[in-house]
Amino acid sequence: MSRTLKALIFFAALVAAWALVARARIWSPVLLPSPWSVALYLLGAVRDGTLLEAGLVTLKRLAIGYAAGLSIGLPLGLLTARVRLLQDTLGLLALGLQALPSVCWVPLALLWFGQTEAAMFFVVVMGTVWSVIIATESGIRNVPPIYARAARTMGSRGLHTWVHVMLPAALPFIVGGMKQGWAFAWRSLMAAEIYVTILSGFGLGHLLHYGRELNAMDQVIGIMLVLLAIGLIADKVLFAPWERLLRRRWGTDSK
Amino acid sequence: MTAAIEHQAELHSKLSLRAVSKHFPSGAHPVHALDRVSLEVGESEFVCLVGPSGCGKSTLLNIIAGLERADEGEVLSDGSPVNSPGRDRMVMFQESALFPWLDVRRNVLFGLRLKPGLTRDERRHVADFYLRLVGLEKFARSYVHELSGGMKQRVALARALAPNPRVLLMDEPFAALDALTREQLYGDLQRIWQQRKKTIVFVTHNVREAACLGDRVILFSRNPGRIREQFQINLPRPRDINSIELARYATEITAALRSHGRDATAEGPA
Ligand SMILES: Nc1ncnc2c1ncn2[C@@H]1O[C@H](COP(=O)(O)OP(=O)(O)OP(=O)(O)O)[C@@H](O)[C@H]1O
Ligand SMILES: [Mg+2]
Repeated sequence: MSRTLKALIFFAALVAAWALVARARIWSPVLLPSPWSVALYLLGAVRDGTLLEAGLVTLKRLAIGYAAGLSIGLPLGLLTARVRLLQDTLGLLALGLQALPSVCWVPLALLWFGQTEAAMFFVVVMGTVWSVIIATESGIRNVPPIYARAARTMGSRGLHTWVHVMLPAALPFIVGGMKQGWAFAWRSLMAAEIYVTILSGFGLGHLLHYGRELNAMDQVIGIMLVLLAIGLIADKVLFAPWERLLRRRWGTDSK
Repeated sequence: MTAAIEHQAELHSKLSLRAVSKHFPSGAHPVHALDRVSLEVGESEFVCLVGPSGCGKSTLLNIIAGLERADEGEVLSDGSPVNSPGRDRMVMFQESALFPWLDVRRNVLFGLRLKPGLTRDERRHVADFYLRLVGLEKFARSYVHELSGGMKQRVALARALAPNPRVLLMDEPFAALDALTREQLYGDLQRIWQQRKKTIVFVTHNVREAACLGDRVILFSRNPGRIREQFQINLPRPRDINSIELARYATEITAALRSHGRDATAEGPA
């Protein structure tokens, strides 16, 4: 039996169990709506465009912030690995801030930037950048020195060594850092969207928030399912190719 | 006897080491890794360096490779001083040091891509030639983690040979392999060495291995690292590591190794 089929059966069974429990009326439908009413909500939200619109707002924030976080984090990580002074300063800072739950950036972002896109951007970047710095730095630091020596005997120097030896050798770590950065960014963005209203665009977090305000459990669960799906799809689309490459070439997963 | 051998080598020497010294200022006990080591290695000569652990064999090889600098003395390759790594001297390490993110062929191509004046097709042709030479043409698309230890060292050999260096520097390249694989590689290496006319400096702990491969075996002692004795191995090739004649040389060298070891202990710490 294929793995996809097994997964499908598992999720179908889960939904069936949910339907049964909902039908048994152990809890009021206000607390536990049936799969059917959640599906109806989602269908309606798709029809009137709110879901697509909110999804786009959220994903755009995430994509832009994440891309920025990567393009800041990667070079900074490389520099940190290379320059002793940066290692003792920026490296330490990154280590500390990475351990800080990224949601903690939300109040600060709101005070600094107000209820604006800039605040959302800031939160996502902060979620991404520290993990990427740490992963890139430790990736470079964990490259066996013999690679660089071997490359040197074959005539590789300076930039060539960095591009063709150090970076690819650090890839398992870098991919690990990218994954972690993504997870942190995604979580803190959701927290921010649930926490405050940003007038320039209503994201999925806002829909979740209003679901609570309106006591609309079908909406709350429906949006949660959408968030779950986005997380899964992002993992498959963004990281599965990297993981496949690592497994094929190194024989290992990301670090 | 030693003087005669050195004279012979000097006639057309490929590598000249002149009073090479190296210290490592490591904490309370600075290590005198090499003490005025002088050595001539002839064109297409196969020289093996043996000696106790820590006597400076790897250090010497790294200095010849240009990966490390001597404190005093100099290394000449073809008469010109060695200051940095060069394509004329390729290195093979104990661990294969192959790049896991590249497949076998691209590993062999790595050095070729850095060698000017080759077209894409030529590079590819050369890489495949050396992969055939080490018997791994079928594994050109495999990745390093899919290879056995012996295959890895074969690829590393192909990678070192591909840029067509005149000198091959090998630091215990077969130490981590099982006996059977090693014996195969002795055969391969002798065949390739004869075909491609390389000058080889080969570091090993294994006296038999040294007697099997070397035209000359150079015995080092440690603290400080010095050349103690040299042995010319006059046996026809290809040599079988299990032959009786070879065992005789190995016994002689082992005895010398032991007696120098005793000398060193008798002298005590200087
Ligand atoms: N980078 C270094 N820093 C400090 N000491 C070093 C360094 N490299 C080598 N040494 C010391 O120099 C001496 C010679 O080392 P080397 O690695 O050349 O020995 P070797 O003959 O290759 O030994 P082995 O047979 O165990 O490989 C040793 O005492 C070692 O501790
Ligand atoms: Mg050594």
